[in-house]
Amino acid sequence: MDRLEQALINEEEMEMLLDDMYQQYGYDFTGYSRASLVRRIRRLIINDKLPSFAELRYRIRNEPKYFAHAIEEISVNVTEMLRDPAFYKSIIEKVIPVLATYPFIRIWHAGCATGEEVYSMAILLQEAGLLERSLIYGTDINPAALEKARQGIFPVGYMQQYSRNYIAAGGRNDFSAYYTANYHLAKFDESLSHKMIFSTHNLVTDSSFNSFQLIFCRNVMIYFDKKLQDRVLGVFDNSLEQFGFLALGSKESLRFSPIADRYKQIEKEKIWRKTS
Amino acid sequence: MTRSKLIIIGGSAGSLQVILKLFTTIKKDFPVPVVLILHRTPVAEQLLEELLNGKTDLMVKEVEEKEMPLPGYLYVCPADYHVLFEKDGSFTLDYSEKINFSRPSIDVAFQSAAEAFGEKLICILLSGANADGTDGMICVKKCRGITIVQDPNDAEVSYMPLQAVQRAKPDHVLSSIEIKKFIEKLAD
Repeated sequence: MDRLEQALINEEEMEMLLDDMYQQYGYDFTGYSRASLVRRIRRLIINDKLPSFAELRYRIRNEPKYFAHAIEEISVNVTEMLRDPAFYKSIIEKVIPVLATYPFIRIWHAGCATGEEVYSMAILLQEAGLLERSLIYGTDINPAALEKARQGIFPVGYMQQYSRNYIAAGGRNDFSAYYTANYHLAKFDESLSHKMIFSTHNLVTDSSFNSFQLIFCRNVMIYFDKKLQDRVLGVFDNSLEQFGFLALGSKESLRFSPIADRYKQIEKEKIWRKTS
Repeated sequence: MTRSKLIIIGGSAGSLQVILKLFTTIKKDFPVPVVLILHRTPVAEQLLEELLNGKTDLMVKEVEEKEMPLPGYLYVCPADYHVLFEKDGSFTLDYSEKINFSRPSIDVAFQSAAEAFGEKLICILLSGANADGTDGMICVKKCRGITIVQDPNDAEVSYMPLQAVQRAKPDHVLSSIEIKKFIEKLAD
């Protein structure tokens, strides 16, 4: 079968696959944006050179190990450090000074994938002298991504871009001081990671697990339908202290959501503050 | 009147000048929404919207997730996101891996539009320097949409349209002036 034959996945097959994954493993993808999900499934079939959609379904039903692999491949793990420097500039200027007024700071990165944003935040907190009284939670549905996050090891080739982002966000130190480069890998300093806790959490089914002053969830909800987006925002609302901050991706918004009227946007950035 | 529900236009190097001329005569009541999938142009995204604004009566607007494409609008992509279409035609944004070194990728948008709009899609590929768009156009053909490629001899950079002409066997290979006329006719 050529690439393009596989390209067309029919809706019924898709429904059956999603049903299998839910019934058998408890992972519910029915609230995901279908267009994106079809792309991820198609990519999985092509990358694993599976002869047919039926073969994919068979392996997922019969091989828990293959299902774990499928989860890794279906979830989007694209992320970078200090993405959108203007956004991080606002975090530095508008959010961190407020966090500094708390004796103990709790932050949640929901859908953190391989953790680049968690490390970004740890750097900013350390520079503000706040890391020692902070705890940063990073959660994702993909355990393999979280394992990478725990290690804090990223390809050294990205460091130039990250360093540019860092400078553009207003960073004043030498970015390379935060990692040790070894061949093609950069390992971030353990003084950053010792304040991080990584754990699996599924935004579709799991609920609030702590209270936070700041929650990041960037470029995650674009993959969800409206109903699931509203559910997830409800979880965040339950997890945020009054006057806490919610930070979303550059194309995401609280507009039209049920919690919108209790949040106030910080200027033009995608940061909202809970007012009541 | 046309039964097409969407026009999607892909372009890369050398396509901007063509696009700025395509809609100069199009009126606000044009019956089909238009979506532009352009690789990062030398001009900033904001500037692209402004440039287009002065060149057409259509409303120029950046794609937002879950929004339904409407007639009378010319949509541009946000930088660094793929644009996909749900079965009901609404937009989805996607921040997954780059395809053909590009995000937005023309292949990704064409393929998704093909699945959502089927034969009610018009797909146009313009000038460019890489092979993005051809695989997507093959999908559009399979789903029986209308496929148009800018004549490589007429394109500022011929590589992208040439790939598509050779591999996707489009329904029409047209000069930019002929593409403009083709679009104008849809309003009749």
